[in-house]
Amino acid sequence: MTMTVRLQIADFDPSTETDALIRGRDDIGAVVTFTGIVRNRDDGSLLALELEHYPEMTERALAAIESEARARWNLRASLVLHRYGRIRPGERIMMVATASGHRKDAFEAAEFLMDYLKSRAPFWKKEHTTSGSQWVEARDADEDALGRWT
Amino acid sequence: MLTVAPDTPARGPIRLLYFAWIRERIGVPSETVETRARDVAALIRELAGRDDRYALAFSDLAAVRVAVNQRLVELDGSLEDAEEVAFFPPMTGG
Repeated sequence: MTMTVRLQIADFDPSTETDALIRGRDDIGAVVTFTGIVRNRDDGSLLALELEHYPEMTERALAAIESEARARWNLRASLVLHRYGRIRPGERIMMVATASGHRKDAFEAAEFLMDYLKSRAPFWKKEHTTSGSQWVEARDADEDALGRWT
Repeated sequence: MLTVAPDTPARGPIRLLYFAWIRERIGVPSETVETRARDVAALIRELAGRDDRYALAFSDLAAVRVAVNQRLVELDGSLEDAEEVAFFPPMTGG
């Protein structure tokens, strides 16, 4: 089992990351990847998202979430990559990739990782818009999403 | 000569970290404090009593999350062995 957690300012290439995850292995039958992209508001007023994080806690929190996923599903490899800093609409913000022998494990584990990243990884988003800046509020739906895994 | 009262718990200073709008309201990202607070709630009361910036940052505790030594805890979480305490709003990752 290979687990990788990466935090970076720079953009990334999902297919390069996915290739690196499975390169040289023949025990993987399924890879699921999810890529999150900064979406503009309907009126086009979003200038950028600013991602703040708590570096000392982030790795620990993500590693704990990943090891929980590993305990629940038969994963052979996984990647959590999250950017921080200033990110513009249309740019990639994060990705997860899960690799397993069969697709069900990879699909479910990827959803699980996403649900936990939303409300258990120490990141905070601030929106810079044409009419000012404000912190994004946590959505009840994101917290509720964790309920299905308990 | 340095004397320590026998009933004073021996503990080093605690490093406090603030994130997102809690950081903005307090005005600094981190600081180090000496406290005798035994749990998170007592520490928050102590901080909120300092001045308006702290009082405002901690005015709605339903919107405050806390990590002690980088692990999430409840507001009644113990500060025993605490070296680093972080205060922040609900997380919005992903």
